[in-house]
Amino acid sequence: MGVAEAVLLTIITASTPLLIAALGELVTERSGVLNLGVEGMMIMGAVAGFAFAQISGSAYVGALGGMLAGAVFSLLFAFLTLSLVANQVATGLALTILGLGLSGLLGEAYIGQPGIKMEPIVIPLLSQIPFIGKLLFAQDLIFYISIALLIAVNWFLFRTRAGLTLRSVGDNHSSAHALGINVIAVRYMAVIFGGACSGLAGAHLSLVQVPQWVENMSAGRGWIALALVVFASWRPMRVLFGAYLFGAVGIAQLHIQALGFSVPSQFLSSLPYIATIIVLVIISGNRRLTLINTPASLGKGFVPDR
Amino acid sequence: MFIELERRPAHSTLYSALSPFIALILTLVAGAILFAVMGINPAKGLYSFFIEPLTEVWSLHELAIKAAPLILIATGLSICFLSSNWNIGAEGQFILGAIFGSILPVLFHEQVGIWVLPAMMIMGMIGGALWALIPALLKTRFGANEILTSLMLVYVAELFLDWLVRGAWRNPEGFNFPETRSFSPGQILPEVLDSGRAHYGAVLAIVAVLIAWFMMAKTIRGFEVKVIGQAPKAGQFAGFDAKRVTIVAFMISGALAGLAGIAEVSGAIQQLRPTISPGYGFTAIIVAFLGRLNPVGVFAAGLVLALSFLGSEAAQISLGVSDKLGRVFQGMLLFFVLACDTLIHYRIRITGWAGRARTGET
Repeated sequence: MGVAEAVLLTIITASTPLLIAALGELVTERSGVLNLGVEGMMIMGAVAGFAFAQISGSAYVGALGGMLAGAVFSLLFAFLTLSLVANQVATGLALTILGLGLSGLLGEAYIGQPGIKMEPIVIPLLSQIPFIGKLLFAQDLIFYISIALLIAVNWFLFRTRAGLTLRSVGDNHSSAHALGINVIAVRYMAVIFGGACSGLAGAHLSLVQVPQWVENMSAGRGWIALALVVFASWRPMRVLFGAYLFGAVGIAQLHIQALGFSVPSQFLSSLPYIATIIVLVIISGNRRLTLINTPASLGKGFVPDR
Repeated sequence: MFIELERRPAHSTLYSALSPFIALILTLVAGAILFAVMGINPAKGLYSFFIEPLTEVWSLHELAIKAAPLILIATGLSICFLSSNWNIGAEGQFILGAIFGSILPVLFHEQVGIWVLPAMMIMGMIGGALWALIPALLKTRFGANEILTSLMLVYVAELFLDWLVRGAWRNPEGFNFPETRSFSPGQILPEVLDSGRAHYGAVLAIVAVLIAWFMMAKTIRGFEVKVIGQAPKAGQFAGFDAKRVTIVAFMISGALAGLAGIAEVSGAIQQLRPTISPGYGFTAIIVAFLGRLNPVGVFAAGLVLALSFLGSEAAQISLGVSDKLGRVFQGMLLFFVLACDTLIHYRIRITGWAGRARTGET
């Protein structure tokens, strides 16, 4: 395996959870709900994924458990912000704080235990294609899901009636309500979908990337996923580009160190965070791009009048 | 079962005052359930978590030490949140304040004099304010989301501190431990009244609360913050400049977080280390909300949250439970506070399927 291949493989592994979590949050935000709890749902997915894999002995059950944990955890957020119209920003932060604490508590028994790694699924014939075969067709299941998810989300949002309904709820909840759409129900589903995605992304960390449980192992990836949604100006295909760009930045530090440049490791570790800030500034400075695509009701609570 | 909300004609002053207390009670109930699930007698668990730390004098000192940074940071955050600016990077501003404030004691170790401590505190405030100015400027100039930028800067600040204490600022006589020199006696925030432990950080917190209260309740600047936060359009008509409010609010909260940082380092730790905060900057967000974004409320809430830090240490020792329990309590508390705030603006009706059918779901 060549150097380029090896580097690209690590980038794909680093980017997959970002892609999944950002796609989930994109759907949530398209329905007009800003869930800042991605980091919390992701870490719950990571600890649940690890625990379910340990108990069942199967990484696939683990991934399913992670997804479930993210979805259940997001219900807390949904209940507060949708049923009780609590402030979405503050509730999202609460979800992250609670998730980081709860995962630490639940995961204590698993610290230092060897994990169960999800094995790659090698697709016959396709994986024989020179160069890209090994990269794209000999990956773990979650990678395949991430690509399928990308296509599905894009198709759902812009090619189906249900997707149109979801976007209309996000753009103007009062009009949608007047048309007889159950705004709260649509938003519940969008939040739970986002939670399941974040949970799966977290499970990828503890089952594929590290195969271990480490406290706070999400290390800000949930926040980067949130930034990716802005970066992509709420368009799924652009999330793909953003996720791989950030995955590459995150991996770059390892390779720069390996090449023996004498840059302080702390500076290299801070690159993904600095890159996030720079990208946010560039994208947000472009008013035309953001104004057209930002869901108009994003972050606003809705109380149906009877 | 469904929940229906009915908007109150005016917001309820009764629930405005009660909701933090209801939230506290609900947190205790949830905590009791959590203890029961973990196989610990709930009464014993809650006692060792919330009462035991208050029964001894030395632990009251610890309470003051832990409450001071929380109150300082949360006082600034409430001003920021009231103006609808979401600064969630106080942890980073705390660290930068600690670093700026430590320039004197680390690089000019021999420097003593009555002016040194005040200079350190002011430098700390400058450091925190400058770090907070970054997301403020990025928001006002480019419209970049301040939640994300201020949070990203926390990670950058942590790594910067790590680099300093392992590199340029490492104690030359420190056997390669990642820490700076210990501050000299004149550079350490003294104890209040030779009390034993609690240092002047607690006094700084009280002063900050009083100044913030005065500013928010009695000055046009405070009024401006509230108007811009609640009704930006009305603020514009009144001639208030929203961008200036953003910058001022961020710098005030950054300065107070920075002051908390240098006070903590100078008073409690007395040197810089790779980790100088058990997450004060994030916990302070909970303090701000539990205190209903009001300086006096923040003061009380700071004591409650400081107790959650002490309680988790105490419970770890006496019950052998994880110190993560404190974080879980903090998270639950914020949830309940936010949920109870609904009561202020809405009446909540719980209706069954039957009730829903009768009102005729239209």
